Amino acid sequence: MTSFDFEKSIQELEEQLAEFEKSQEKGKIDLTDKIEEMKGKIQEEKVKVYSNLNGWQRVQISRHPERPYTLDYIENCFEDFIEFHGDRGVKDDKAMIGGLAKLNGQSVMVIGHQKGRNTKQRQYRNFGMPNPEGYRKALRLMKMAEKFGIPVVCLIDTPGASPGLEAEERGQGEAIARNLLEMSVLKVPIICIIIGEGASGGALGIGIGDRVMMMENTWYSVISPESCSSILWRSWEHKEKAAEALKLTANDMLGNKLIDGIISEPLGGAHQDTSVAYKLFKDALLQEFNAVQKLPIEILIEQRIQKFAEMGSFEE
Amino acid sequence: MSWYKRVKEGITTLTSEKKSVPDGLWHKCNRCKKTLLAEDHAKNQYVCPGCHYHDKIGSEEYFDILFGNDFEELFANIKPTDPLKFKDTKDYAKRLNESQNKSGLTDAMRVAVGNLTEEQKLVVACMDFGFIGGSMGSVVGEKIARAIDYARENRIPLMIVSKSGGARMMEAAFSLMQMAKTSAKLALLGKAGVPYISLLTDPTTGGVTASFAMLGDVNIAEPEALIGFAGPRVIKETIGRDLPKGFQSSEFLLEHGFIDFIVNRTELKSKLTQLVKLLMNK
Ligand SMILES: [Zn+2]
Ligand SMILES: [Zn+2]
Repeated sequence: MTSFDFEKSIQELEEQLAEFEKSQEKGKIDLTDKIEEMKGKIQEEKVKVYSNLNGWQRVQISRHPERPYTLDYIENCFEDFIEFHGDRGVKDDKAMIGGLAKLNGQSVMVIGHQKGRNTKQRQYRNFGMPNPEGYRKALRLMKMAEKFGIPVVCLIDTPGASPGLEAEERGQGEAIARNLLEMSVLKVPIICIIIGEGASGGALGIGIGDRVMMMENTWYSVISPESCSSILWRSWEHKEKAAEALKLTANDMLGNKLIDGIISEPLGGAHQDTSVAYKLFKDALLQEFNAVQKLPIEILIEQRIQKFAEMGSFEE
Repeated sequence: MSWYKRVKEGITTLTSEKKSVPDGLWHKCNRCKKTLLAEDHAKNQYVCPGCHYHDKIGSEEYFDILFGNDFEELFANIKPTDPLKFKDTKDYAKRLNESQNKSGLTDAMRVAVGNLTEEQKLVVACMDFGFIGGSMGSVVGEKIARAIDYARENRIPLMIVSKSGGARMMEAAFSLMQMAKTSAKLALLGKAGVPYISLLTDPTTGGVTASFAMLGDVNIAEPEALIGFAGPRVIKETIGRDLPKGFQSSEFLLEHGFIDFIVNRTELKSKLTQLVKLLMNK
Protein backbone atom coordinates (compact mmCIF):
# COMPACT_ATOMS: atom_id res chain seq x y z
CA MET A 1 0.00 0.00 0.00
CA THR A 2 1.17 3.50 -0.88
CA SER A 3 2.50 5.27 2.20
CA PHE A 4 3.62 8.80 2.90
CA ASP A 5 6.79 10.39 4.33
CA PHE A 6 5.08 11.19 7.60
CA GLU A 7 4.24 7.49 8.05
CA LYS A 8 7.88 6.41 7.95
CA SER A 9 8.23 5.88 11.71
CA ILE A 10 5.21 3.54 11.66
CA GLN A 11 6.56 1.67 8.68
CA GLU A 12 9.92 1.10 10.35
CA LEU A 13 8.26 -0.40 13.40
CA GLU A 14 6.07 -2.58 11.18
CA GLU A 15 9.16 -3.88 9.40
CA GLN A 16 10.72 -4.80 12.75
CA LEU A 17 7.53 -6.58 13.74
CA ALA A 18 7.55 -8.54 10.50
CA GLU A 19 11.09 -9.71 11.23
CA PHE A 20 10.19 -10.82 14.77
CA GLU A 21 7.23 -12.73 13.39
CA LYS A 22 9.43 -14.40 10.77
CA SER A 23 11.94 -15.50 13.40
CA GLN A 24 9.12 -16.70 15.61
CA GLU A 25 7.78 -18.87 12.79
CA LYS A 26 11.17 -20.46 12.27
CA GLY A 27 10.82 -21.48 15.93
CA LYS A 28 14.40 -20.84 17.12
CA ILE A 29 13.54 -18.45 19.93
CA ASP A 30 10.32 -17.45 21.66
CA LEU A 31 9.55 -13.79 20.74
CA THR A 32 5.92 -13.68 21.89
CA ASP A 33 6.57 -10.93 24.45
CA LYS A 34 8.61 -8.87 22.01
CA ILE A 35 5.92 -9.18 19.36
CA GLU A 36 3.21 -8.03 21.74
CA GLU A 37 5.38 -5.15 22.90
CA MET A 38 6.01 -4.13 19.30
CA LYS A 39 2.32 -4.24 18.44
CA GLY A 40 1.64 -1.88 21.34
CA LYS A 41 4.42 0.40 20.19
CA ILE A 42 3.00 0.52 16.66
CA GLN A 43 -0.43 1.45 17.95
CA GLU A 44 1.08 4.19 20.10
CA GLU A 45 3.06 5.54 17.16
CA LYS A 46 -0.02 5.51 14.93
CA VAL A 47 -2.04 7.46 17.44
CA LYS A 48 0.84 9.90 17.78
CA VAL A 49 1.27 10.41 14.03
CA TYR A 50 -2.37 10.38 12.93
CA SER A 51 -3.83 12.55 15.64
CA ASN A 52 -1.63 15.49 14.71
CA LEU A 53 -1.98 15.61 10.93
CA ASN A 54 -1.45 19.00 9.32
CA GLY A 55 -3.26 20.39 6.26
CA TRP A 56 -0.88 19.07 3.64
CA GLN A 57 -0.85 15.59 5.22
CA ARG A 58 -4.66 15.49 5.10
CA VAL A 59 -4.52 16.54 1.44
CA GLN A 60 -2.19 13.62 0.75
CA ILE A 61 -4.48 11.13 2.52
CA SER A 62 -7.51 12.52 0.65
CA ARG A 63 -5.74 11.55 -2.59
CA HIS A 64 -4.56 8.11 -1.48
CA PRO A 65 -4.98 5.81 -4.52
CA GLU A 66 -6.77 3.16 -2.43
CA ARG A 67 -9.19 5.56 -0.78
CA PRO A 68 -12.86 4.64 -1.41
CA TYR A 69 -14.50 6.53 -4.29
CA THR A 70 -18.18 7.27 -4.95
CA LEU A 71 -18.90 3.89 -6.56
CA ASP A 72 -17.26 2.11 -3.59
CA TYR A 73 -19.57 3.87 -1.14
CA ILE A 74 -22.54 3.09 -3.38
CA GLU A 75 -21.61 -0.59 -3.52
CA ASN A 76 -20.94 -0.92 0.20
CA CYS A 77 -23.47 1.40 1.85
CA PHE A 78 -26.48 1.34 -0.50
CA GLU A 79 -28.55 -1.40 -2.16
CA ASP A 80 -30.23 -1.85 -5.56
CA PHE A 81 -28.30 0.93 -7.31
CA ILE A 82 -29.30 1.69 -10.90
CA GLU A 83 -27.03 4.13 -12.68
CA PHE A 84 -28.55 6.75 -14.98
CA HIS A 85 -26.58 8.28 -17.82
CA GLY A 86 -26.45 11.49 -19.80
CA ASP A 87 -27.51 15.12 -19.57
CA ARG A 88 -30.04 14.74 -22.45
CA GLY A 89 -28.12 17.40 -24.35
CA VAL A 90 -24.54 16.59 -25.18
CA LYS A 91 -23.25 13.32 -23.74
CA ASP A 92 -22.68 11.19 -20.68
CA ASP A 93 -19.98 12.59 -18.38
CA LYS A 94 -17.93 9.79 -16.82
CA ALA A 95 -16.49 12.04 -14.09
CA MET A 96 -19.96 12.54 -12.62
CA ILE A 97 -22.16 9.57 -11.89
CA GLY A 98 -25.61 9.18 -10.43
CA GLY A 99 -28.65 7.02 -10.01
CA LEU A 100 -31.29 5.70 -7.65
CA ALA A 101 -30.50 3.35 -4.79
CA LYS A 102 -31.92 2.21 -1.48
CA LEU A 103 -30.50 3.36 1.82
CA ASN A 104 -31.96 1.18 4.57
CA GLY A 105 -35.10 0.69 2.52
CA GLN A 106 -35.51 4.36 1.58
CA SER A 107 -35.03 5.42 -2.07
CA VAL A 108 -32.32 8.06 -2.52
CA MET A 109 -30.76 9.74 -5.54
CA VAL A 110 -27.00 9.30 -5.20
CA ILE A 111 -24.83 11.64 -7.25
CA GLY A 112 -21.05 11.97 -7.09
CA HIS A 113 -17.73 12.69 -8.71
CA GLN A 114 -15.98 9.53 -9.84
CA LYS A 115 -12.21 9.04 -10.08
CA GLY A 116 -10.39 6.08 -11.64
CA ARG A 117 -7.81 3.81 -10.05
CA ASN A 118 -5.42 2.90 -12.86
CA THR A 119 -4.09 4.99 -15.73
CA LYS A 120 -6.78 3.86 -18.14
CA GLN A 121 -9.63 4.37 -15.67
CA ARG A 122 -8.26 7.70 -14.57
CA GLN A 123 -8.41 8.95 -18.16
CA TYR A 124 -11.85 7.41 -18.67
CA ARG A 125 -13.07 9.31 -15.60
CA ASN A 126 -11.18 12.47 -16.65
CA PHE A 127 -9.46 12.41 -13.22
CA GLY A 128 -12.78 13.18 -11.55
CA MET A 129 -13.06 16.54 -13.34
CA PRO A 130 -16.56 16.97 -14.82
CA ASN A 131 -17.44 18.95 -17.91
CA PRO A 132 -20.62 21.07 -18.05
CA GLU A 133 -22.67 18.03 -19.07
CA GLY A 134 -21.65 16.38 -15.79
CA TYR A 135 -23.17 19.21 -13.77
CA ARG A 136 -26.22 19.20 -16.06
CA LYS A 137 -26.65 15.45 -15.62
CA ALA A 138 -26.44 15.96 -11.86
CA LEU A 139 -29.14 18.65 -12.04
CA ARG A 140 -31.35 16.46 -14.23
CA LEU A 141 -31.19 13.71 -11.62
CA MET A 142 -31.88 16.13 -8.78
CA LYS A 143 -34.95 17.42 -10.61
CA MET A 144 -36.10 13.84 -11.09
CA ALA A 145 -35.63 13.24 -7.36
CA GLU A 146 -37.60 16.40 -6.58
CA LYS A 147 -40.44 15.23 -8.82
CA PHE A 148 -40.78 11.96 -6.92
CA GLY A 149 -40.03 13.35 -3.46
CA ILE A 150 -36.81 11.38 -3.14
CA PRO A 151 -33.93 12.81 -1.05
CA VAL A 152 -30.55 13.52 -2.66
CA VAL A 153 -27.07 12.45 -1.52
CA CYS A 154 -24.07 14.15 -3.18
CA LEU A 155 -20.60 12.67 -2.79
CA ILE A 156 -17.85 15.17 -3.53
CA ASP A 157 -14.37 14.13 -4.68
CA THR A 158 -12.83 16.30 -7.39
CA PRO A 159 -9.59 18.15 -8.10
CA GLY A 160 -11.80 20.71 -9.88
CA ALA A 161 -14.13 21.18 -12.82
CA SER A 162 -12.46 20.37 -16.12
CA PRO A 163 -10.57 23.27 -17.71
CA GLY A 164 -10.61 22.99 -21.50
CA LEU A 165 -11.86 24.26 -24.82
CA GLU A 166 -15.03 22.19 -24.88
CA ALA A 167 -15.86 22.90 -21.24
CA GLU A 168 -15.76 26.64 -21.98
CA GLU A 169 -17.70 26.30 -25.24
CA ARG A 170 -20.48 24.47 -23.44
CA GLY A 171 -20.53 26.87 -20.50
CA GLN A 172 -18.76 25.40 -17.49
CA GLY A 173 -19.48 28.57 -15.52
CA GLU A 174 -23.17 28.58 -16.38
CA ALA A 175 -23.57 24.88 -15.57
CA ILE A 176 -22.07 25.25 -12.07
CA ALA A 177 -23.94 28.52 -11.41
CA ARG A 178 -27.26 26.94 -12.42
CA ASN A 179 -26.71 24.07 -9.97
CA LEU A 180 -25.97 26.47 -7.10
CA LEU A 181 -29.22 28.31 -7.74
CA GLU A 182 -31.39 25.24 -8.30
CA MET A 183 -29.97 23.24 -5.38
CA SER A 184 -30.60 26.10 -2.96
CA VAL A 185 -34.35 25.77 -3.57
CA LEU A 186 -34.68 22.06 -4.45
CA LYS A 187 -37.80 20.73 -2.72
CA VAL A 188 -36.24 17.55 -1.28
CA PRO A 189 -33.61 17.12 1.46
CA ILE A 190 -29.99 17.20 0.23
CA ILE A 191 -27.03 15.75 2.13
CA CYS A 192 -23.54 16.50 0.73
CA ILE A 193 -20.47 14.62 1.90
CA ILE A 194 -16.90 15.43 0.91
CA ILE A 195 -15.29 12.00 0.63
CA GLY A 196 -11.93 13.07 -0.84
CA GLU A 197 -11.01 16.30 -2.57
CA GLY A 198 -13.27 19.33 -2.50
CA ALA A 199 -11.72 21.70 -5.00
CA SER A 200 -13.44 24.97 -5.67
CA GLY A 201 -16.49 25.48 -7.90
CA GLY A 202 -16.10 21.97 -9.27
CA ALA A 203 -16.94 20.64 -5.79
CA LEU A 204 -19.50 23.30 -4.87
CA GLY A 205 -21.41 22.54 -8.11
CA ILE A 206 -22.97 19.55 -6.28
CA GLY A 207 -22.31 20.96 -2.80
CA ILE A 208 -25.40 22.90 -1.73
CA GLY A 209 -27.16 20.88 0.95
CA ASP A 210 -29.17 20.88 4.16
CA ARG A 211 -26.15 19.16 5.65
CA VAL A 212 -22.64 19.49 4.26
CA MET A 213 -20.33 17.00 5.95
CA MET A 214 -16.61 16.39 5.53
CA MET A 215 -14.94 13.08 6.17
CA GLU A 216 -12.07 13.46 8.60
CA ASN A 217 -9.21 13.26 6.08
CA THR A 218 -10.54 15.40 3.26
CA TRP A 219 -10.04 18.98 2.17
CA TYR A 220 -12.35 21.68 0.86
CA SER A 221 -11.31 25.07 -0.42
CA VAL A 222 -11.38 27.61 -3.19
CA ILE A 223 -8.21 26.27 -4.82
CA SER A 224 -5.77 23.38 -4.44
CA PRO A 225 -2.65 24.04 -2.32
CA GLU A 226 -0.46 23.50 -5.40
CA SER A 227 -2.29 26.06 -7.54
CA CYS A 228 -2.47 28.49 -4.62
CA SER A 229 1.27 28.15 -4.17
CA SER A 230 1.95 28.75 -7.84
CA ILE A 231 -0.24 31.87 -7.96
CA LEU A 232 0.58 33.54 -4.64
CA TRP A 233 4.18 32.38 -4.18
CA ARG A 234 4.87 32.05 -7.93
CA SER A 235 6.29 28.55 -7.41
CA TRP A 236 4.86 25.07 -6.85
CA GLU A 237 7.12 24.48 -3.87
CA HIS A 238 5.09 26.24 -1.19
CA LYS A 239 2.18 23.79 -1.27
CA GLU A 240 2.60 22.88 2.41
CA LYS A 241 2.53 26.52 3.44
CA ALA A 242 -0.45 27.10 1.13
CA ALA A 243 -2.31 24.13 2.64
CA GLU A 244 -1.87 25.64 6.12
CA ALA A 245 -2.85 29.14 5.00
CA LEU A 246 -6.01 27.98 3.22
CA LYS A 247 -7.42 26.37 6.42
CA LEU A 248 -8.84 23.59 4.29
CA THR A 249 -9.16 20.71 6.79
CA ALA A 250 -12.47 19.45 8.16
CA ASN A 251 -11.65 20.90 11.59
CA ASP A 252 -10.86 24.33 10.17
CA MET A 253 -13.97 24.31 7.98
CA LEU A 254 -16.21 23.36 10.90
CA GLY A 255 -14.54 25.98 13.10
CA ASN A 256 -15.30 28.65 10.47
CA LYS A 257 -18.93 27.43 10.25
CA LEU A 258 -18.55 26.59 6.56
CA ILE A 259 -19.62 22.95 6.99
CA ASP A 260 -22.07 21.23 9.35
CA GLY A 261 -20.11 18.25 10.63
CA ILE A 262 -17.25 15.79 10.40
CA ILE A 263 -17.45 12.04 9.79
CA SER A 264 -14.72 10.07 11.57
CA GLU A 265 -12.43 7.72 9.67
CA PRO A 266 -10.40 4.73 10.83
CA LEU A 267 -6.98 5.67 12.22
CA GLY A 268 -4.75 6.82 9.34
CA GLY A 269 -7.54 7.22 6.80
CA ALA A 270 -10.48 5.45 5.17
CA HIS A 271 -8.17 3.25 3.05
CA GLN A 272 -6.63 1.69 6.20
CA ASP A 273 -9.83 -0.16 7.02
CA THR A 274 -12.55 0.36 4.44
CA SER A 275 -15.22 -1.72 6.19
CA VAL A 276 -14.96 0.53 9.25
CA ALA A 277 -14.99 3.58 6.96
CA TYR A 278 -18.20 2.40 5.26
CA LYS A 279 -19.90 1.82 8.61
CA LEU A 280 -18.96 5.25 9.95
CA PHE A 281 -20.11 6.84 6.69
CA LYS A 282 -23.46 5.04 6.63
CA ASP A 283 -24.22 5.67 10.31
CA ALA A 284 -23.53 9.37 9.88
CA LEU A 285 -25.59 9.59 6.70
CA LEU A 286 -28.59 7.88 8.33
CA GLN A 287 -28.35 10.11 11.37
CA GLU A 288 -28.34 13.28 9.26
CA PHE A 289 -31.25 12.03 7.14
CA ASN A 290 -33.30 11.27 10.21
CA ALA A 291 -32.68 14.79 11.46
CA VAL A 292 -33.53 16.65 8.24
CA GLN A 293 -36.56 14.53 7.37
CA LYS A 294 -38.28 15.63 10.56
CA LEU A 295 -38.65 19.16 9.15
CA PRO A 296 -41.22 20.34 6.56
CA ILE A 297 -39.49 21.04 3.26
CA GLU A 298 -40.34 24.80 3.28
CA ILE A 299 -38.54 25.20 6.61
CA LEU A 300 -35.64 23.10 5.37
CA ILE A 301 -35.18 25.29 2.27
CA GLU A 302 -35.40 28.46 4.35
CA GLN A 303 -32.73 27.12 6.70
CA ARG A 304 -30.59 25.94 3.77
CA ILE A 305 -30.56 29.43 2.20
CA GLN A 306 -30.06 31.13 5.56
CA LYS A 307 -27.06 28.93 6.35
CA PHE A 308 -25.22 29.90 3.16
CA ALA A 309 -26.33 33.54 3.52
CA GLU A 310 -24.56 33.70 6.89
CA MET A 311 -21.22 32.52 5.51
CA GLY A 312 -18.60 35.23 5.35
CA SER A 313 -16.54 37.53 7.51
CA PHE A 314 -16.83 41.33 7.44
CA GLU A 315 -17.21 44.39 9.65
CA GLU A 316 -19.80 47.14 9.64
CA MET B 1 -5.84 53.57 -18.77
CA SER B 2 -2.70 55.29 -19.90
CA TRP B 3 -2.60 58.98 -19.20
CA TYR B 4 0.17 61.25 -20.35
CA LYS B 5 0.82 64.95 -20.17
CA ARG B 6 0.19 67.17 -23.12
CA VAL B 7 3.52 68.00 -24.70
CA LYS B 8 2.56 70.26 -27.58
CA GLU B 9 2.22 73.96 -26.90
CA GLY B 10 -0.74 76.02 -27.83
CA ILE B 11 -3.50 73.47 -27.53
CA THR B 12 -6.36 74.74 -25.45
CA THR B 13 -8.49 72.35 -23.50
CA LEU B 14 -12.21 72.63 -23.07
CA THR B 15 -13.58 73.43 -19.66
CA SER B 16 -13.98 70.10 -17.94
CA GLU B 17 -17.33 69.16 -16.52
CA LYS B 18 -15.91 66.20 -14.68
CA LYS B 19 -13.57 66.62 -11.77
CA SER B 20 -12.12 63.17 -12.40
CA VAL B 21 -10.49 64.27 -15.63
CA PRO B 22 -7.67 66.75 -15.12
CA ASP B 23 -7.27 69.52 -17.70
CA GLY B 24 -4.64 69.25 -20.35
CA LEU B 25 -4.39 65.45 -20.46
CA TRP B 26 -4.52 63.24 -23.45
CA HIS B 27 -5.66 59.67 -23.70
CA LYS B 28 -3.98 57.20 -26.00
CA CYS B 29 -6.09 54.21 -27.06
CA ASN B 30 -4.73 50.92 -25.80
CA ARG B 31 -5.41 49.27 -29.12
CA CYS B 32 -5.39 51.65 -32.09
CA LYS B 33 -3.01 54.07 -30.35
CA LYS B 34 -5.06 57.05 -31.50
CA THR B 35 -4.88 59.98 -29.11
CA LEU B 36 -7.74 62.17 -28.02
CA LEU B 37 -8.50 64.53 -25.20
CA ALA B 38 -8.99 62.55 -22.04
CA GLU B 39 -12.06 64.63 -21.42
CA ASP B 40 -13.58 63.60 -24.75
CA HIS B 41 -12.65 60.00 -24.02
CA ALA B 42 -14.51 60.23 -20.72
CA LYS B 43 -17.51 61.86 -22.40
CA ASN B 44 -17.58 58.90 -24.77
CA GLN B 45 -17.89 56.60 -21.70
CA TYR B 46 -14.19 55.66 -21.98
CA VAL B 47 -14.75 54.04 -25.37
CA CYS B 48 -12.36 54.83 -28.23
CA PRO B 49 -14.35 56.65 -30.96
CA GLY B 50 -12.04 55.18 -33.59
CA CYS B 51 -11.88 51.44 -32.82
CA HIS B 52 -14.53 51.12 -30.07
CA TYR B 53 -12.04 49.72 -27.58
CA HIS B 54 -13.71 49.72 -24.15
CA ASP B 55 -11.33 50.87 -21.43
CA LYS B 56 -11.69 49.24 -18.01
CA ILE B 57 -13.68 51.51 -15.71
CA GLY B 58 -14.90 51.21 -12.13
CA SER B 59 -18.09 51.65 -10.11
CA GLU B 60 -17.75 55.45 -10.00
CA GLU B 61 -17.83 55.64 -13.81
CA TYR B 62 -20.69 53.13 -14.20
CA PHE B 63 -22.84 54.93 -11.62
CA ASP B 64 -22.13 58.18 -13.47
CA ILE B 65 -23.02 56.68 -16.86
CA LEU B 66 -26.27 55.18 -15.57
CA PHE B 67 -27.43 57.72 -13.00
CA GLY B 68 -25.42 60.92 -13.36
CA ASN B 69 -25.58 62.37 -9.84
CA ASP B 70 -29.00 60.92 -9.19
CA PHE B 71 -28.19 57.92 -6.99
CA GLU B 72 -27.66 56.83 -3.41
CA GLU B 73 -24.89 54.43 -2.39
CA LEU B 74 -26.04 51.51 -0.22
CA PHE B 75 -24.23 49.35 2.34
CA ALA B 76 -21.04 51.44 2.07
CA ASN B 77 -20.17 50.69 5.70
CA ILE B 78 -19.39 47.00 5.09
CA LYS B 79 -15.65 46.43 5.33
CA PRO B 80 -13.35 43.44 4.84
CA THR B 81 -11.56 41.53 7.62
CA ASP B 82 -8.80 38.93 7.59
CA PRO B 83 -10.66 35.91 9.02
CA LEU B 84 -7.90 33.37 8.31
CA LYS B 85 -4.94 35.62 9.22
CA PHE B 86 -3.80 34.76 5.72
CA LYS B 87 -0.19 35.30 4.82
CA ASP B 88 1.53 34.57 1.54
CA THR B 89 4.38 36.82 0.45
CA LYS B 90 2.45 39.55 2.23
CA ASP B 91 -0.10 39.69 5.06
CA TYR B 92 -3.65 39.88 3.70
CA ALA B 93 -4.44 42.55 6.30
CA LYS B 94 -1.63 44.65 4.89
CA ARG B 95 -2.71 43.96 1.33
CA LEU B 96 -6.23 45.15 2.18
CA ASN B 97 -4.88 48.30 3.75
CA GLU B 98 -2.68 49.14 0.80
CA SER B 99 -5.48 48.47 -1.70
CA GLN B 100 -7.85 50.68 0.28
CA ASN B 101 -5.34 53.52 0.38
CA LYS B 102 -4.44 53.19 -3.28
CA SER B 103 -7.99 52.87 -4.64
CA GLY B 104 -9.97 54.91 -2.14
CA LEU B 105 -12.40 51.97 -2.04
CA THR B 106 -13.24 49.68 0.88
CA ASP B 107 -13.48 46.51 -1.25
CA ALA B 108 -14.19 45.35 -4.81
CA MET B 109 -17.95 46.00 -4.81
CA ARG B 110 -20.21 49.05 -4.51
CA VAL B 111 -23.99 49.12 -4.56
CA ALA B 112 -26.22 52.02 -5.55
CA VAL B 113 -29.89 52.66 -6.15
CA GLY B 114 -30.73 55.41 -8.57
CA ASN B 115 -33.07 56.69 -11.22
CA LEU B 116 -32.44 55.14 -14.58
CA THR B 117 -35.24 57.38 -15.84
CA GLU B 118 -37.62 59.63 -13.94
CA GLU B 119 -40.08 56.75 -13.67
CA GLN B 120 -37.74 53.82 -13.23
CA LYS B 121 -35.37 53.01 -10.40
CA LEU B 122 -32.57 50.48 -10.73
CA VAL B 123 -30.33 48.79 -8.15
CA VAL B 124 -26.78 48.43 -9.45
CA ALA B 125 -24.09 46.31 -7.78
CA CYS B 126 -20.80 47.04 -9.50
CA MET B 127 -17.42 45.41 -9.11
CA ASP B 128 -14.15 47.34 -9.00
CA PHE B 129 -11.27 45.59 -10.74
CA GLY B 130 -8.87 48.08 -9.17
CA PHE B 131 -9.33 46.42 -5.77
CA ILE B 132 -7.28 43.18 -5.65
CA GLY B 133 -8.28 42.32 -9.22
CA GLY B 134 -11.98 42.58 -8.48
CA SER B 135 -11.69 39.35 -6.53
CA MET B 136 -14.72 38.04 -4.65
CA GLY B 137 -14.33 37.92 -0.90
CA SER B 138 -16.90 38.08 1.90
CA VAL B 139 -17.64 41.78 1.35
CA VAL B 140 -18.41 41.31 -2.34
CA GLY B 141 -20.75 38.42 -1.48
CA GLU B 142 -22.46 40.25 1.40
CA LYS B 143 -23.02 43.42 -0.62
CA ILE B 144 -24.49 41.42 -3.50
CA ALA B 145 -26.71 39.51 -1.08
CA ARG B 146 -27.99 42.77 0.42
CA ALA B 147 -28.44 44.36 -3.01
CA ILE B 148 -30.57 41.37 -4.00
CA ASP B 149 -32.63 41.61 -0.79
CA TYR B 150 -33.08 45.36 -1.34
CA ALA B 151 -34.20 44.81 -4.94
CA ARG B 152 -36.60 42.06 -3.85
CA GLU B 153 -38.13 43.96 -0.92
CA ASN B 154 -38.57 47.17 -2.94
CA ARG B 155 -39.41 45.40 -6.21
CA ILE B 156 -36.75 47.34 -8.11
CA PRO B 157 -34.89 45.56 -10.95
CA LEU B 158 -31.29 44.65 -10.26
CA MET B 159 -28.19 44.82 -12.41
CA ILE B 160 -24.85 43.38 -11.34
CA VAL B 161 -21.80 44.60 -13.25
CA SER B 162 -19.16 41.86 -13.15
CA LYS B 163 -15.46 42.57 -13.61
CA SER B 164 -13.39 40.09 -11.69
CA GLY B 165 -10.47 37.71 -11.74
CA GLY B 166 -12.59 35.32 -9.65
CA ALA B 167 -12.17 34.13 -6.08
CA ARG B 168 -10.14 35.96 -3.45
CA MET B 169 -7.67 33.28 -2.43
CA MET B 170 -6.77 35.06 0.81
CA GLU B 171 -10.30 34.37 2.05
CA ALA B 172 -10.12 30.75 0.84
CA ALA B 173 -13.35 28.82 1.54
CA PHE B 174 -15.10 32.00 2.75
CA SER B 175 -14.61 33.26 -0.79
CA LEU B 176 -15.88 30.00 -2.31
CA MET B 177 -19.08 30.13 -0.28
CA GLN B 178 -19.95 33.58 -1.65
CA MET B 179 -20.82 31.73 -4.86
CA ALA B 180 -23.40 29.70 -2.96
CA LYS B 181 -24.65 32.69 -0.99
CA THR B 182 -25.22 34.98 -3.99
CA SER B 183 -26.82 32.20 -6.09
CA ALA B 184 -29.21 31.23 -3.28
CA LYS B 185 -30.27 34.88 -2.88
CA LEU B 186 -30.83 35.13 -6.64
CA ALA B 187 -33.12 32.11 -6.45
CA LEU B 188 -35.31 34.09 -4.03
CA LEU B 189 -35.24 37.15 -6.30
CA GLY B 190 -36.35 34.95 -9.18
CA LYS B 191 -39.24 33.54 -7.14
CA ALA B 192 -40.33 37.09 -6.32
CA GLY B 193 -40.42 37.87 -10.05
CA VAL B 194 -38.04 40.83 -9.88
CA PRO B 195 -35.80 41.05 -12.98
CA TYR B 196 -32.05 40.57 -12.74
CA ILE B 197 -29.76 41.73 -15.52
CA SER B 198 -26.15 40.56 -15.49
CA LEU B 199 -23.66 42.80 -17.29
CA LEU B 200 -20.39 41.00 -17.96
CA THR B 201 -17.39 43.22 -18.62
CA ASP B 202 -13.70 42.64 -19.20
CA PRO B 203 -12.66 40.40 -17.49
CA THR B 204 -15.23 38.09 -15.87
CA THR B 205 -13.71 34.77 -14.86
CA GLY B 206 -13.62 32.02 -12.22
CA GLY B 207 -16.11 31.85 -9.39
CA VAL B 208 -17.90 35.01 -10.52
CA THR B 209 -18.70 33.41 -13.89
CA ALA B 210 -19.69 30.21 -12.08
CA SER B 211 -22.24 32.04 -9.92
CA PHE B 212 -24.15 35.33 -10.20
CA ALA B 213 -22.63 36.56 -13.49
CA MET B 214 -24.21 33.69 -15.47
CA LEU B 215 -27.55 33.75 -13.67
CA GLY B 216 -29.19 36.82 -15.18
CA ASP B 217 -32.70 36.65 -16.54
CA VAL B 218 -30.87 38.53 -19.25
CA ASN B 219 -27.10 38.21 -19.61
CA ILE B 220 -25.48 41.06 -21.51
CA ALA B 221 -21.83 41.88 -22.18
CA GLU B 222 -19.63 44.72 -23.32
CA PRO B 223 -17.86 44.00 -26.64
CA GLU B 224 -14.68 41.91 -26.69
CA ALA B 225 -14.67 41.22 -22.93
CA LEU B 226 -12.85 38.12 -21.67
CA ILE B 227 -15.49 35.86 -20.11
CA GLY B 228 -14.84 32.32 -18.92
CA PHE B 229 -14.66 29.86 -16.06
CA ALA B 230 -11.06 28.67 -16.31
CA GLY B 231 -8.51 31.36 -17.14
CA PRO B 232 -6.93 31.28 -20.62
CA ARG B 233 -3.48 30.53 -19.18
CA VAL B 234 -4.75 27.48 -17.29
CA ILE B 235 -6.54 26.13 -20.36
CA LYS B 236 -3.49 26.72 -22.53
CA GLU B 237 -1.31 24.81 -20.06
CA THR B 238 -3.87 21.99 -19.87
CA ILE B 239 -4.32 21.47 -23.61
CA GLY B 240 -0.71 22.28 -24.49
CA ARG B 241 -1.43 24.55 -27.44
CA ASP B 242 -2.50 28.10 -28.24
CA LEU B 243 -6.13 29.05 -27.90
CA PRO B 244 -8.19 29.90 -30.99
CA LYS B 245 -8.58 33.59 -31.76
CA GLY B 246 -11.55 35.15 -30.02
CA PHE B 247 -11.90 32.22 -27.58
CA GLN B 248 -13.76 33.27 -24.41
CA SER B 249 -14.70 36.67 -25.86
CA SER B 250 -18.17 38.20 -25.51
CA GLU B 251 -18.76 37.40 -29.17
CA PHE B 252 -17.75 33.74 -28.57
CA LEU B 253 -20.19 33.48 -25.67
CA LEU B 254 -22.96 35.09 -27.71
CA GLU B 255 -22.36 32.55 -30.47
CA HIS B 256 -22.38 29.64 -27.98
CA GLY B 257 -25.62 30.75 -26.39
CA PHE B 258 -24.60 32.18 -23.00
CA ILE B 259 -25.17 35.89 -23.67
CA ASP B 260 -28.42 37.49 -24.83
CA PHE B 261 -26.81 40.44 -26.55
CA ILE B 262 -23.70 42.60 -26.65
CA VAL B 263 -24.04 46.27 -25.89
CA ASN B 264 -21.67 49.13 -26.58
CA ARG B 265 -21.09 51.12 -23.45
CA THR B 266 -22.11 54.30 -25.24
CA GLU B 267 -25.55 52.73 -25.75
CA LEU B 268 -25.76 51.01 -22.37
CA LYS B 269 -28.13 53.44 -20.70
CA SER B 270 -30.62 53.68 -23.57
CA LYS B 271 -30.62 49.94 -24.22
CA LEU B 272 -31.02 49.20 -20.52
CA THR B 273 -33.90 51.66 -20.25
CA GLN B 274 -35.63 49.93 -23.14
CA LEU B 275 -34.98 46.48 -21.67
CA VAL B 276 -36.23 47.34 -18.17
CA LYS B 277 -39.39 48.91 -19.64
CA LEU B 278 -40.04 45.68 -21.52
CA LEU B 279 -39.30 43.47 -18.50
CA MET B 280 -41.46 45.56 -16.16
CA ASN B 281 -44.23 45.74 -18.77
CA LYS B 282 -44.27 49.54 -18.52
ZN1 LIG C 1 -7.50 53.49 -22.95
ZN1 LIG D 1 -8.93 52.80 -30.45
